Amino acid sequence: MNRLEGSVALVTGGLKGIGRAIVERLLAEGGSVMLADLASAEDAAGDLAALGGRAAYVRLDVGDEAAWPAAVTAIRERFGRLDILVANAGIGGTGPVRNVTLADWHKTMRVNVDGVFLAVSQCADLLAEAGKDRRGGSSIVTISSIMGLVGLAGAGPYNASKGAVRLFTKAVALEFASGKVPIRANSVHPGFVETPLLMQSSAADQLAFYTGSTPLGRMAQPAEIAAAVAFLASDDASYMTGSELVVDGGYTAQ
Amino acid sequence: MGEVLDGSIILVTGAGGGIGGATVTALRAARATVIATDLRAPDGGDVNFAQDVTSETDWARIAGEIDSRFGTLDCLVNNAGLALVNRIEDETLESWRRLQSVNVESMLLSLKATLKLLKKAGETRVGGASVVNLSSVGGIGGAALMTSYCTSKGAVRLFSKSAAIEFAMLKYNIRVNSVHPGGIETAMMDDIVARYVELGAAPDAETARARLDAQHPLGRWGRPEEIASGIVYLCSPAASFMTGSELVIDGGFTAH
Repeated sequence: MNRLEGSVALVTGGLKGIGRAIVERLLAEGGSVMLADLASAEDAAGDLAALGGRAAYVRLDVGDEAAWPAAVTAIRERFGRLDILVANAGIGGTGPVRNVTLADWHKTMRVNVDGVFLAVSQCADLLAEAGKDRRGGSSIVTISSIMGLVGLAGAGPYNASKGAVRLFTKAVALEFASGKVPIRANSVHPGFVETPLLMQSSAADQLAFYTGSTPLGRMAQPAEIAAAVAFLASDDASYMTGSELVVDGGYTAQ
Repeated sequence: MGEVLDGSIILVTGAGGGIGGATVTALRAARATVIATDLRAPDGGDVNFAQDVTSETDWARIAGEIDSRFGTLDCLVNNAGLALVNRIEDETLESWRRLQSVNVESMLLSLKATLKLLKKAGETRVGGASVVNLSSVGGIGGAALMTSYCTSKGAVRLFSKSAAIEFAMLKYNIRVNSVHPGGIETAMMDDIVARYVELGAAPDAETARARLDAQHPLGRWGRPEEIASGIVYLCSPAASFMTGSELVIDGGFTAH
């Protein structure tokens, strides 16, 4: 299936976990991908080699406004266009509200919210150009979470950040639609996914909660989220904008 | 286009209509084997039958045909449905009940009749068997003059979630999701426009259409193929972790 042949994507947080699975899926569907992550180019070299010729890498701290122009230039120089933006880079943010410091709070917001805002605002021009010759326009896919739909005790900063991603995505979708700019924007809401981020930060009883509270009785594989992203990125989703694609094994259906 | 459905056996009701017909075409293009039904037997499926989705007898007959020919059912697309435009004060219980019967009761009847076959598929199919129920943006937000319709589509939305959770609990490996189209270029929308004009909600069809266009941020109605591609996705193994969810394909209608 080569529905993404000729399309170029930027995937932030593309080295590990969900981001990595997204990168692999977009490549498998014929797309070209610029990965962005925190690692140095040297440290990412091995991963990059494994991904093949249609993948490239740029070191990028998504919350650092000054760092973005160089990343966008790198995309222009390497690929000449941008059709798909996957704003995936994200970190956790939990703790009892009286223990969370403002610095902790900002840390989560900086990556999860600022990082998504900057990705969209910095890439919009490139996306608008490419959207003109795509049947379904360019596609912005933001990675929110079930935690952008429902609350969880102790997840204040994370909930707030993922809720922000959900509504920001809708505002962006509406702005481009009303301005007749050919860019769609949708958010993806994964449930609990088996990734390094989650596995490392969760105790055994938490993992039991993730599987026990999900109707399908298991956590998702990153590839199951990647499939949803690829669908939204493609022209198969040409009439979808401002929507929420929930991939959560039934967690929020209850 | 899209996901490859590799010989999956898929039933599509209401296959004679705009979305139904486009769905049959898209599923077959993705290599599925499609059983297509409608009140009058359609002609686009690999196998075609006449079926009244409000009839328990008809459901038993169709399920029997699928069982004897294929022995399994990988996906069920409950697409048959009617629209209805009436003021509450003019609506009759008879008219209301007829609509609920076609749009909602059919959901229950479909699962009762085909569950054995879906469970069979669920035993081995990667990503499980898949039930896709057509709801609407009208199953998310209300619309004047469309209480019966919105009620029915809201019912489809919650029915789908309950079925999803139940099948997960019972470990049937059957996923259930609802699809929520916005205004789509079909005969159903032509009828709705005509009724708006008849009821004086708009001076003429052009104005009615323009108002509906304006409610869709993308500035146009959807094409049936754009709903079909979402249904193909939900039927495919790519959607293996999606159950109890709403696939909203509406050009931004519900985003604002």
